Amino acid sequence: MLISIGMALLGGAIIGMAASVLLYLVGRVCGISGIVGGLIAPTTSDKAWRMAFIAGLLLGGVILVWIAPASIQSPIDRSLAVVALAGFFVGTGTLMGGGCTSGHGVCGLTRFSIRSVIATLMFMATGALTASIIGWIHRSTP
Amino acid sequence: MRIVISSFVAGLLFALGLGIAGMLNANKVIGFLDIGGDWDPSLGFVVVGAITVHSVLYRYIIRQRSPIFAPRFHIPTRRDVTPRLLMGSALFGIGWGLAGYCPGPSIVAVTSGTMPTIVFNGTMLLGMIMFQWLERLHVLRRGREDKC
Repeated sequence: MLISIGMALLGGAIIGMAASVLLYLVGRVCGISGIVGGLIAPTTSDKAWRMAFIAGLLLGGVILVWIAPASIQSPIDRSLAVVALAGFFVGTGTLMGGGCTSGHGVCGLTRFSIRSVIATLMFMATGALTASIIGWIHRSTP
Repeated sequence: MRIVISSFVAGLLFALGLGIAGMLNANKVIGFLDIGGDWDPSLGFVVVGAITVHSVLYRYIIRQRSPIFAPRFHIPTRRDVTPRLLMGSALFGIGWGLAGYCPGPSIVAVTSGTMPTIVFNGTMLLGMIMFQWLERLHVLRRGREDKC
């Protein structure tokens, strides 16, 4: 548990560093759903930095698959249908709510944005409720 | 070009941070959100680490006249708590609790090539495209620009 917490803190610090690099050099807030949303919208003209950021994410993934494959794991007790529904909810929900864990949770909370505080409380609550209900069902069915 | 390279480096750092933090293990994320059973609170410290570092640097960065490679900062200024914000965040949370992926980790994890990550990214993009399409339809009907 202590190692897990230490890794979480270190990883979090690197995420905070990444958000700072993007803001300091490019002037953009590091919200992944917003970056992707702007990339797929036909009206945005600033696609280059968005594509580069996503390419960086993907290279990071390739490096992790190569040197630390155990760090990436798919949910073991969720059917593909549930995963498909989940993706749809995450896609529509983050664009409707104007942000996700990174945009609201890291960058928004740093700015003390009231919208981000409310959004983070909301998705933490519904996320915990959903996972806890499913977990409870799994545990109570033999 | 400098903007592209900077964004690329930020994305790369972000992905490595997610991996080290444990956010790419959907089972660990589910174990963090599922407060019954063997609750694993460790992922709560990801946001502690991220906000600690970003708060210090953020306060320095916004005192600058402009970003290094771009003409100005793009920082959200809205303060209105709308039904859309609440409903969207609630829906996102449900999806997060269902599969253990939020947008950043899901994109990084797709490089593992597993079926769940491919399916999740597919339906997430579909959801985003559909939402943007409905929104444009809505704006056209109302005949006004209602951008968020």
